[in-house]
Amino acid sequence: MTIRKPYEAGDARMRSILLAATALVAVMAASSADVATAQTEQSAAGRLLATVNRDPYPSTYVPRPSPVTAIIGATILDGAGRMIENGTVVMANGKVLSVGANVAIPDNAVVVDAAGKWVTAGIIDIHSHIGIGPVPNTEASGDVNESTSPNTAQVWTEHAVWPQDPAFGRAIAGGITTQHISVGSANLFGGRTVVVKNVPSRTTQGMKFPGAKQGVKMACGENPKRVYSKSGPKTRMASFAGYRAAWYDALEYQYSWDLYEAKVQQGDPAAKPPSRDLKKETLAMALSGDILVQMHCYRADEMALVLDMAKEFGYHVSTFHHAVEGYKIADLLGEAGTCGAMWSDWWGFKLESFDGIRENIALVDAAENGCAIVHSDSNVGIQRLNQEAAKSMAAGNRIGLNISKAHAWTWLSLNPAKALQIDDVTGSLEPGKMADVVLWSGDPLSVYTKAEEVYIDGALTYDRDDPTKQFLSDFEVGYTKQGDLK
Amino acid sequence: MRTLLALSVALTWSFAAQADSIAIINGTVHTVTDDGVLANATVLIEDDEIVAVGNDVDIPDNAHIIDAEGRPVTPGLMNVFTKIGLLEVGQVSAADDYGLSGAPFSAAFDVTAGLNPDSVLVPVTRVDGITRAVTIPSGYGSVFDGFGALVHLGVGDGLDDDMIEIEKAAQYLAFGGRAADVMGGARGGLAMFIRQAFDDALHYDKNRRNFDQNKTRDYVLHHLDLDALLLVLNGDVPLVVDVNRAADMRVLMNIADDYDDIRMIFNSAREAWKVAEELADADIAVIIDPSNNLPTNFDNIYATQDNARLLHEAGVKIAIATTSFNDLNNPRNVTQLAGISVANGLPYAAALAAITRNPAEMFGVEYAYGMLAPGLDADVVIWEGDPLEVTTLPTHVLIKGKLMPMDNRQLRLRDRYKDLSDPTPMQYR
Repeated sequence: MTIRKPYEAGDARMRSILLAATALVAVMAASSADVATAQTEQSAAGRLLATVNRDPYPSTYVPRPSPVTAIIGATILDGAGRMIENGTVVMANGKVLSVGANVAIPDNAVVVDAAGKWVTAGIIDIHSHIGIGPVPNTEASGDVNESTSPNTAQVWTEHAVWPQDPAFGRAIAGGITTQHISVGSANLFGGRTVVVKNVPSRTTQGMKFPGAKQGVKMACGENPKRVYSKSGPKTRMASFAGYRAAWYDALEYQYSWDLYEAKVQQGDPAAKPPSRDLKKETLAMALSGDILVQMHCYRADEMALVLDMAKEFGYHVSTFHHAVEGYKIADLLGEAGTCGAMWSDWWGFKLESFDGIRENIALVDAAENGCAIVHSDSNVGIQRLNQEAAKSMAAGNRIGLNISKAHAWTWLSLNPAKALQIDDVTGSLEPGKMADVVLWSGDPLSVYTKAEEVYIDGALTYDRDDPTKQFLSDFEVGYTKQGDLK
Repeated sequence: MRTLLALSVALTWSFAAQADSIAIINGTVHTVTDDGVLANATVLIEDDEIVAVGNDVDIPDNAHIIDAEGRPVTPGLMNVFTKIGLLEVGQVSAADDYGLSGAPFSAAFDVTAGLNPDSVLVPVTRVDGITRAVTIPSGYGSVFDGFGALVHLGVGDGLDDDMIEIEKAAQYLAFGGRAADVMGGARGGLAMFIRQAFDDALHYDKNRRNFDQNKTRDYVLHHLDLDALLLVLNGDVPLVVDVNRAADMRVLMNIADDYDDIRMIFNSAREAWKVAEELADADIAVIIDPSNNLPTNFDNIYATQDNARLLHEAGVKIAIATTSFNDLNNPRNVTQLAGISVANGLPYAAALAAITRNPAEMFGVEYAYGMLAPGLDADVVIWEGDPLEVTTLPTHVLIKGKLMPMDNRQLRLRDRYKDLSDPTPMQYR
């Protein structure tokens, strides 16, 4: 039996549950010859997940075939903090083959001359509602918030993503190769999130990022307070009470499955599986790390409390989304290994965003072990995240933080990849990683620069000058000017 | 840093108080006049006025000299779609005064009673080079919204108290799917209502004595609203119409044809490029956010980032402004929007004019503001670099000849928190 962090929490009640479970499992393990095998086959969340289909809506995404391609003569920002002048990127079989100033170009390569242009790792937007809050924005199409109960951890974003949202096509014209699409922030627990490749597809499954974990969206502060002001939570106190009660419920749920597992292993013929509870299942998986915790939070004091709550229950907060006051606790975020996903300059649109400053991203970045991410939360902003990074870089440099363009690009690629735990396969231009690559008309940290070509897994997926390489959504077909094909 | 900042503010005040004139020398001066861009030029300011611009300007001995070191110098910028002075913080209803809820026909509403020159939004916006603005009533979900005001931003602590340049700078109307919902759900009802309101205003104007004796027919609006519309019908005040669908613009142009003196300006106008020639012929100017390119509803299926370029090429006068709802706290980002328009084909000079001279002309203040030329108010900005680039900000901002403090609440919060290792509690910093 793998003892997980939730059981190590200091709470007396949970400790007693833990001790009971451990003792029971230990007794039963001793009596079963097959235990060792059974344990190795189990997922981190134990029998609960071993007995259910963990992936009922599996990704069907397959990279489109692509020739070996070499982009030569470009200024490269590799997404991991390096800049290469007059460099070459070679893509083969959907992967980055080589990157550098002096790399061999395979004989069979399609060569793209990028002299005077820039090449970067593809942009990953960790905070998108495209597909679930599509355009046209109508009551009929809007699926962002299941604002019917403070805890709707059972709902899945991917069940509402409309692949024909015209905004996907606008986003790729801004160099977006991967999006983390999330249910909204009305609830304490909004539901599960999904990571997609920004590719054209008939189905949502055809966009799902293979192997990427889901997240659970949580929210602090004003939104749940406002939405549930009549039925509660009406205060931040009740929000925390709500989170904690739900986490305890999830622990007990996990325990009921662990108990069942132990009985099964003992060969107990009367062993009866607990009823599945989709809400608690999401939260149990978050506690075990199988689902990543993505938390909408603005105020510094609230984020500090959430970090303590994560310790209380033994989970890790991947990212605070918005984190408008991240600069006030940049050190705490770094210590916790929690990223901040932020805007460059949005502020004041509600009281908890009143203290927004332009240096927020740069200051969160500058802290020891800091992990800053530029996010959009907007189908307009997502089209120019490169410009948002540029603004934050300039703001940081005005106060002497000495941020290079290559470093600023980590806010758009490697850092969000780390937060989503997909940094082993994307997020930077390094051999073996997915060839998610953007060719820019010039310095991408400028208002005048546009993405000219976007490669996803090595396939040319967007080309500004090629009418056949534009995303034209079904919705826009048949109107006399089809889409904004520029 | 805090000490340094305080020192620089103090220096600013001392020389502003002492010098009779200010000479900005060695500037790359974007005049936004027929003179274009002047290299190594001087802008000479006396009191609140520009007195000379050019390469051969005599600088008085007592002038305070600011060396621009070749960097760009522009007129102060103007954003004509803002809530500056009316909005302190979003979603706190007691802290905003930009519109009336549940009052869709409030033509007589006037924003000036709610204007607060001490709003934090003023200095936050001002340090980015915005010196003039139109601050407007709601603009969302209403038919007639009332009057917006044209303001200057040289106000607040230690500065001017009065930000109002023109109290009734424009009347605001919405036309489209949402406004039609207010009128029962169809544009036909909305168009009918507007014409009825205009006819009523004209009838009322001719029958005031009868009105006072209760001898007139019923009007669709209250008499104060009719008075407000008369200012529009007489051409004294422009009518800014929030409209996006091309077909709606044609309906409005027909209405404008029937009421001779109306001066319409279209706001948001995402499909304006489709009727660009007609707009040019009708001499209707437009206010746009050039980044809008999504079919967000069925009023703007044809939204495109080509809008600014196509309108300009057709000869339509455009102002670039932060017309999107998300931007209410960021009217400062109008420079980025202008840069985006350049990235999409609008000539640079036209983009700069779209945030200076054009809005001045649209709101009738070009005699005082919008260019760097003798006789105009000295709203002048010196920039770190290209003013439309996202990485550059002003180094100096002057409004009516006064150097503005380069300080605001956000910069102070930054300085308070930028060194977390300092053991001094934040509250003592």
